[in-house]
Amino acid sequence: MARPVNEINAGSMADIAFLLLIFFLVTTTMDVDTGITRKLPPPPPEDMEDIKVKERNIFKVLVNKNDRLLLNGIPGDIGELRSRTMEFLRSGDLKNPASSTDMPEKREADIPLLGGQIWISKGIISLKNDRGTSYDMYIQVQNELAAAIRELRDELSNKFFGMRFDQLTDEDKIDAIQEAVPVAISEAEPEDIGGK
Amino acid sequence: MAKFKKKGGKGTPAISTASLPDIIFMLLFFFMVTTTMREATLLVKIKPPEATEVQKLEKKSLVDYIYIGPPQKKQLGTDSRIQLNDQFATDLKDIREFIELGRSQRDEADRKLITTSLKVDKDTKMGIVTDVKQELREVGAFKINYSTAKKQIAKR
Repeated sequence: MARPVNEINAGSMADIAFLLLIFFLVTTTMDVDTGITRKLPPPPPEDMEDIKVKERNIFKVLVNKNDRLLLNGIPGDIGELRSRTMEFLRSGDLKNPASSTDMPEKREADIPLLGGQIWISKGIISLKNDRGTSYDMYIQVQNELAAAIRELRDELSNKFFGMRFDQLTDEDKIDAIQEAVPVAISEAEPEDIGGK
Repeated sequence: MAKFKKKGGKGTPAISTASLPDIIFMLLFFFMVTTTMREATLLVKIKPPEATEVQKLEKKSLVDYIYIGPPQKKQLGTDSRIQLNDQFATDLKDIREFIELGRSQRDEADRKLITTSLKVDKDTKMGIVTDVKQELREVGAFKINYSTAKKQIAKR
């Protein structure tokens, strides 16, 4: 006589399936895309005249085909780019319309959250690269410039709101800081010296 | 004095959990199937540069990718080439078509929010990248993102 076979307990099956499910949920995290976001300027109209900007308001960053830097006409190093940029773009005393002659001029801005009428730097960073510059170097330069602007924003944000810029949640405050420290990077058309 | 209650009797029978694994398995398969990534197969080699000031790319459905790098097949040379979707761009004008196709696939309201992500190999020369950027300017795709990996470094 065959004995009746005991039914296998399937209660734990659900647990096993759950375990699998959670495993897949955890491991299929898609790699997050990260990068440096920039906005391109619209193409210039045909009949546009050259905009004249005073020499003292421009910080010229040139990258040549050998990935060497020229900062305002003097050979420089990537390590000093951030501090030089910050020094150049810093508005200093916001209430004072004057700035020393070796620093960029200031323009008036009305930002209520930062104390109404304030004077902020007119400085622009002019970035120019050669066609032979390596992309890696270009990104490093962009990165340093972005870092300089972020640190300036942090500085201002710390002063007025007591926290870092990326910790701000109030849209108005974010806008105020962004207006006071704009991403003032102008990219010139590259020159073809080094070839492709 | 009360009498002892009889064991068993009228208690509700336990709900059978035998079908629970099947339900969970269904969920499992659903997730496994839906998380397949819709991304073009790479025809070019790309080693992204590293940077510290990176932002996350939000709303992946509104991102178009342009790949630039040396071809994976050695027969095609070592010069950097542009890949759009699943094929090489033969001409810079192809970018215009690519962007316009991307626009036509999105809702009217979302079109302004389309970001073009440039995935470029770090050893590429800027010349070709600049050409692409100029073309994007012409077409009006102003929002771009230089795809970079995040570099973890100690603060200087």
